[in-house]
Amino acid sequence: MAGNSKNEKLIGGILPESKARDLLYKMVLTRTFEENAEEMYALGKVHGTMHLSIGQEAIAAGSSPALKKSDYLLNTHRGHGHFLMWGGDLNRMMAEFMGKEAGYCRGRGGSMHIADVESNNLGAQGIVAGNLPISVGVGLSIQMRKTDQVVLTLFGDGASNEGAFHESLNMAAIWDLPVIYLCENNQYAMSMAFERAFRIEQVSERAAAYGMVGLTIDGNDVIAVYKAVSEAAERARKGNGPTLIEAVTYRWRGHSKSDRQLYRTREEVKEWMEKDPIQRFAKVLGVNEAQMKEIQAQAKEDIRKAVEFAEASPEPDVSTILEGIYA
Amino acid sequence: MEALREGMRQAMQQDERVFVIGEDIGVYGGAFGVTAGLIDEFGPKRIIDTPISEAGIAGAVIGAAITGMRPIGEIQFSDFVVISMEQLVMQGAKMRFMFGGKADVPFVMRLAGGSGTGAAAQHSESLENWFVHVPGLKVVMPSSPYDAKGLLLAAIQDNNPIMFFEHKLLYKTKGPVPEEMYTIPLGQSHVVREGKDLTLIATSIMVSRAQQAAEQLAEEGIEIEIIDPRTLKPLDEKPIVDSVIKTGKALIVHEAVKTGGFGGELAAVIMESEAFAYLDAPVRRLAGLDMPIPYNRNLEYHAVPQVENIVEEARKLVKGQY
Repeated sequence: MAGNSKNEKLIGGILPESKARDLLYKMVLTRTFEENAEEMYALGKVHGTMHLSIGQEAIAAGSSPALKKSDYLLNTHRGHGHFLMWGGDLNRMMAEFMGKEAGYCRGRGGSMHIADVESNNLGAQGIVAGNLPISVGVGLSIQMRKTDQVVLTLFGDGASNEGAFHESLNMAAIWDLPVIYLCENNQYAMSMAFERAFRIEQVSERAAAYGMVGLTIDGNDVIAVYKAVSEAAERARKGNGPTLIEAVTYRWRGHSKSDRQLYRTREEVKEWMEKDPIQRFAKVLGVNEAQMKEIQAQAKEDIRKAVEFAEASPEPDVSTILEGIYA
Repeated sequence: MEALREGMRQAMQQDERVFVIGEDIGVYGGAFGVTAGLIDEFGPKRIIDTPISEAGIAGAVIGAAITGMRPIGEIQFSDFVVISMEQLVMQGAKMRFMFGGKADVPFVMRLAGGSGTGAAAQHSESLENWFVHVPGLKVVMPSSPYDAKGLLLAAIQDNNPIMFFEHKLLYKTKGPVPEEMYTIPLGQSHVVREGKDLTLIATSIMVSRAQQAAEQLAEEGIEIEIIDPRTLKPLDEKPIVDSVIKTGKALIVHEAVKTGGFGGELAAVIMESEAFAYLDAPVRRLAGLDMPIPYNRNLEYHAVPQVENIVEEARKLVKGQY
């Protein structure tokens, strides 16, 4: 993750160029994965529901890549991008998505519970704010084991209004736990608009109430996210406690597959689509249209192979249905 | 209480991954004194006082457990577990399964439950069966000091999330407890007393009340066999079934309210087993009334089974009055 820059050009003064290019590719891969997921859903190849992060890719690109492999991730329900950026293998991810035995969770978790504990990826989350109290325990464990790890806890503006948010941030603050609270404010908690759910302008204002550092950044700017997370990680590693980062972004698609989007206007969505984080980062990197097409073609090819892998993988055997409940 | 404390102390001495976290467990010593003095030996980093944040406590034990620690959480009054239900049921219990069997979540959550202290409806409940209904959790309910220590040490060594229900009135119970570390395997019912006339299955404080009842009935020539499941989940069914085959009668006694209580599960276990053919009377349940625990001393007393209720119920069953 945090790579060596050698004598490489640093994008935005912080991000080595080769790494930045890899992140751009993974952003495109995330979007392609999700667009493909939509198609597969329409074709009946995957079932259940899914939460797409299209339009929010910059936060995933700027956050976990700013950390070390030994750190921890507590992901959200809208976490495909974060899973890939953490180093998730596309084939096994696609297999999980299709409910196959070769998936990360043997097809038992699906998109909403995908995890890879071996790589310290402690799972996506089906309960809004459900991962916030867990980050207290991970933080305590790091402190007791005296390592320099940190935990990146992701959630949305909606989760910020759960009681668990309060308990978690307060406990992390009083004990100086190495937690990075990264709030993806995508403007809507399902249909509930931010301004209808908050009496304040920014989620980050709440940090002051817990005595922790809080900041609001442009969540569509990879560099801004990378910088904020790097600084928060440094603070945490030094024993100076948690940080609340609010990354402002926008969810292009509906909340989930049932969303008819009656709560917002097409104009509003269009306005935000013009602030596409992928196009924006491509511009920063000087990637032209032709090069972008190549990147997209590569992503499509990788997705095609992953689908092929997943489709060829066996279904879980029904005789194993009760496995994995108890140790 | 001393048995529990000694169990925690020995586990912490032996394994530095073990720590205790909860409300007022440090200098205060816990609302009932169970953790008294532990902070002097282990310090505030391993005997961790928390703000009043039950969801946070549950999250803390879950997060620490999946990252290599072996935490013991304390819910001061088991009633307050409602605040941590999401964490325990949606997170801790399911994590291993959701992740394809690839995560260990080894924690023990100790909860002080039960009535009899005049603490009224929000500090006296017996909620164990809620957790029996949640796949992924184990539920332990000791009834004696010896069992309390042995089961607690077994729970701490177990790699699963465990709900450990203690009864407040049992904290002052006296009984022989070996000084050394020992474990009682989870999932082993205990035949507390042997008898031929009736199988009485009781949990937690009802085990000692059942013993008193059995002694009174013995004077009338009625011999009661008492079985304490000790762990409600996993449940060791065989001793129960074997006993009912022998006696032909079963009485289930617990403090939790009758409707939806563990007694229904036990009755079903008996009915579904080969013991069904040996029954010569209906399986009976004697449990808490379907009501919140009242404050008034006399009403509180009558809200849950007492020795005389058990005597009466067992006698009627043995004498064929059902």
